[in-house]
Amino acid sequence: MKYKFDWSVLWTGESGAWLLSGLITTLELSALAWLLAVVLGVVSGAFRTVRFWPLRVLATSYVEFFRNVPLLVWMFFWYFGVPPLLPEGVREWLYGHGLEFWAGVFALGIYSGARFSEVLRSGIQAIPRTQIEASVASGLTTFQAYRYVILPVALRLIIPPATSESLNLLKNSSVALTISVAELTFQTRQIETYTAKAIEAFTAGTLIYLVLCVSLASVMSWVERRTAIPGLITAGKRRP
Amino acid sequence: MIALDLGVVWRNLPFLLEQGFLGFGSFAGGTLRLAVPSIILGFILGIFIGIARLAPAWWIRLPATLYVEFFRGVPLVMVILWMWLIIPMLLKTAIPEFGVALAAFVIFEAAYLGEIVRAGIQSVPRGQVEAATALGLSGSQTMRAVVLPQALKNMIPSLVTQFIVLFKDTSLASIIGFMDLTKAAQVVNNREIRPFELYLFIAVVYWVCTYSMSRYARYLEKRLSPA
Repeated sequence: MKYKFDWSVLWTGESGAWLLSGLITTLELSALAWLLAVVLGVVSGAFRTVRFWPLRVLATSYVEFFRNVPLLVWMFFWYFGVPPLLPEGVREWLYGHGLEFWAGVFALGIYSGARFSEVLRSGIQAIPRTQIEASVASGLTTFQAYRYVILPVALRLIIPPATSESLNLLKNSSVALTISVAELTFQTRQIETYTAKAIEAFTAGTLIYLVLCVSLASVMSWVERRTAIPGLITAGKRRP
Repeated sequence: MIALDLGVVWRNLPFLLEQGFLGFGSFAGGTLRLAVPSIILGFILGIFIGIARLAPAWWIRLPATLYVEFFRGVPLVMVILWMWLIIPMLLKTAIPEFGVALAAFVIFEAAYLGEIVRAGIQSVPRGQVEAATALGLSGSQTMRAVVLPQALKNMIPSLVTQFIVLFKDTSLASIIGFMDLTKAAQVVNNREIRPFELYLFIAVVYWVCTYSMSRYARYLEKRLSPA
């Protein structure tokens, strides 16, 4: 069998439109899941460092359970397992408004949130204890200490690991094809099915992911340099 | 609201665990049967990539760097689909899903394992290499007899962590029809229509394995770290 390349399938017919809509869905899915993951990650990461133990146990159970189970299983769980248990009205609404997309956002967001949580916790723990003691001594409440002292420093410290987690999230969004979210990998396969030009289609999809990842990484390293705190060891250091 | 039925798990337990998890039987599947050879072969390839990343000659270093950067910038799903497409095309014959999945995981994981090997080698103090050279060992002798044994010890916790990642990732082999634990649950669910119970159950199976491994990694980290 001799494979004949025909790159024109990528811009003739509907392929271009499919790739574009797949890219947009990938970005939408990743962006929404990222927001959910950041909120969950910051809250649970902070909870894991507080004195009050019930919060610590709650956050630790969330992280350890969701992080240690494959994302694919979570996709199936949120897509197939949960909707039948929801009240009639909510279920009807979801079936009419792209259930697979929202199941994908939840699965990816909650899973990644548990991973972000670990990153944030290590960031908070990297801050010397004396900073907390100093903020409490100057009359701040625990919440204020976290809000004005701990988190602003921790969030800057974790930019490099958080960037690589965000890239993981973006790449992991491809798992949503298993619950038929029409994201980039899904559309790549669709082109393959319609044109029988698999290598061309997969090359296009692969290159789009590579470009997304490389550009996101360079934007984040710019952000890291912009927000670096002068005087810290990590300030201005480039990502390896 | 439907009442939970855990009997569905009990009735299908032998299929889920024997065929899906361990890989005995006619489906030639198995999460463990895929994960264990993948990490071993991936690590062997990773050693070469890790050493090549540190090679003084740029024409060895550059391809290794490109390899690592490429596979770290591409989703695993994409790599599995590529292998599924390309291997039968190159070999001009049909390959069982196990072979395709194994190739995909070895090639993909080697990029990550290569970085672990590189970090492990770089963690060996420079003086060790100088001492070996002073004793008259050649480059490859130094690597085999002095650097790698010490680097390996430093790598062990990261290797266990990477094995956990790989173990979870093997669920993606179900996309090409490999009968792993996730696929087995899907098959059972097609007949029983009990998604909540079944997917929650395999989540627990995965969790028990990965959580115990991560505790073990933490223990190793503590025990192996220089006092």
